[in-house]
Amino acid sequence: MRKKENYIIITFVSTTSAMAAEEYLRTRSVPGRMIPLPGSIAAGCGLAWRIALREYDDTARNMIQKLEGVEEIHTLTM
Amino acid sequence: MIYLDNAATSLHRPECVGRAVCGALSSLGNPGRGAHDAALEASRTIYTARQRIAKLLGAETPSSIAFASNATEALNTAIFGLFGPGDGIITTAAEHNSVLRPLYLLSLRGAEVSYVHAGKDGMPDYSSIPSMITARTKAIVLSHASNVTGNISDLSAISEICRMNGLLLIADGAQAAGCIRTDVQKSGVDVYCFTGHKGLMGPQGTGGLYVRPGIKIRPLKSGGSGIHSFDRMHPDIMPEALEAGTLNCHGIAGLSAAAEYIMSEGIDKIEAHEARLCRMFLDLARDIPDIKIYGRFGDEERAPIVSLNIGDLDSGYVCGILSEKYEVAVRGGAHCAPLLHKSLGTVKQGAVRFSFGYFNTEEDVLTAAAALRDISAGR
Repeated sequence: MRKKENYIIITFVSTTSAMAAEEYLRTRSVPGRMIPLPGSIAAGCGLAWRIALREYDDTARNMIQKLEGVEEIHTLTM
Repeated sequence: MIYLDNAATSLHRPECVGRAVCGALSSLGNPGRGAHDAALEASRTIYTARQRIAKLLGAETPSSIAFASNATEALNTAIFGLFGPGDGIITTAAEHNSVLRPLYLLSLRGAEVSYVHAGKDGMPDYSSIPSMITARTKAIVLSHASNVTGNISDLSAISEICRMNGLLLIADGAQAAGCIRTDVQKSGVDVYCFTGHKGLMGPQGTGGLYVRPGIKIRPLKSGGSGIHSFDRMHPDIMPEALEAGTLNCHGIAGLSAAAEYIMSEGIDKIEAHEARLCRMFLDLARDIPDIKIYGRFGDEERAPIVSLNIGDLDSGYVCGILSEKYEVAVRGGAHCAPLLHKSLGTVKQGAVRFSFGYFNTEEDVLTAAAALRDISAGR
């Protein structure tokens, strides 16, 4: 059985915002990836950026704060 | 065949366009619907296309570009989404039916539409605009470049009138985008509608509109958006607000490749090449006896279009001979610009339109002009 882990889940107001975020974060080597919006989160577009909590350091946090079109930021165990 | 009908659609496109469309057909999922690789790659393709079109048009951000199936759909979206009964709109006699018909329909619903007169050279008398503005006036809607004469509107000057009177400026860029340098921010345009398959050299079925950030347009269509699925109303976030239903992702992949090609070649280089061919053709055509050329041909920037007639010969007849005997493809008849044909005096005769593209050559121009001279001499 896969071991569960804590993640930061970032939702976006639109697919365009999600794609802009993905490009911004990838080009800056911020860990994480785009995933389908988890069902437990009733916000945002159909996409969300998932980053493991253990990788959510100051650098990643600063980069994510600069994103436009972020709707909500959640912590989820998945 | 010598293809000189680029104002209708481009025929010779950069090779990268076809490759992009074919690649997209067999690799992309539905953009904004899902997070598997094929769906994400489709979303990335659309986003890249937005970035490139935004850069090409001088837009603030990729999210200010919404895709549509053509300039007509974009113009319908802007006109019906911004105005209603009681509103006043100023347009010109030089417009294409893609502007005129939505406005006719709007006037039936109670809007007040007024038309700037165009002179015999097809140029609207923009100096009359201030005196046409009433308390109801909300916007000026006009073409950036005429599809009949190639005359260009000075968008910066017109946007200044709009700014002073609190009006929106909606521009139809069908004949300008990809042919002449366009900067929506510098020229003060609020909404700029474009098609993908003419000067931009992308596939048919592509186009869209730039919407200045902060302007809200009621969507023409509602439906699937891939976002906020449980909301009863279509989301009002740009650009998804204006993109209900699955986008033409395969076509947009081609448009994106075309936009990248245009930027790598340089819009100034493309504009200069087309203008040179246009001037060369004009100089040769002017020497043909009994030729009538329509448009303003001074030092102004122009779209690469020359419309003309030979004496009283029907324009459709001339086009037929050019096609059958000389294999020169041009368009005759009326060009979906009924008020302009009245101004030019070509309602019955129509006009023979030569429109040049980036892949045309001087040899194409020489052959077309020689054919025209031949037809004139053989009357």
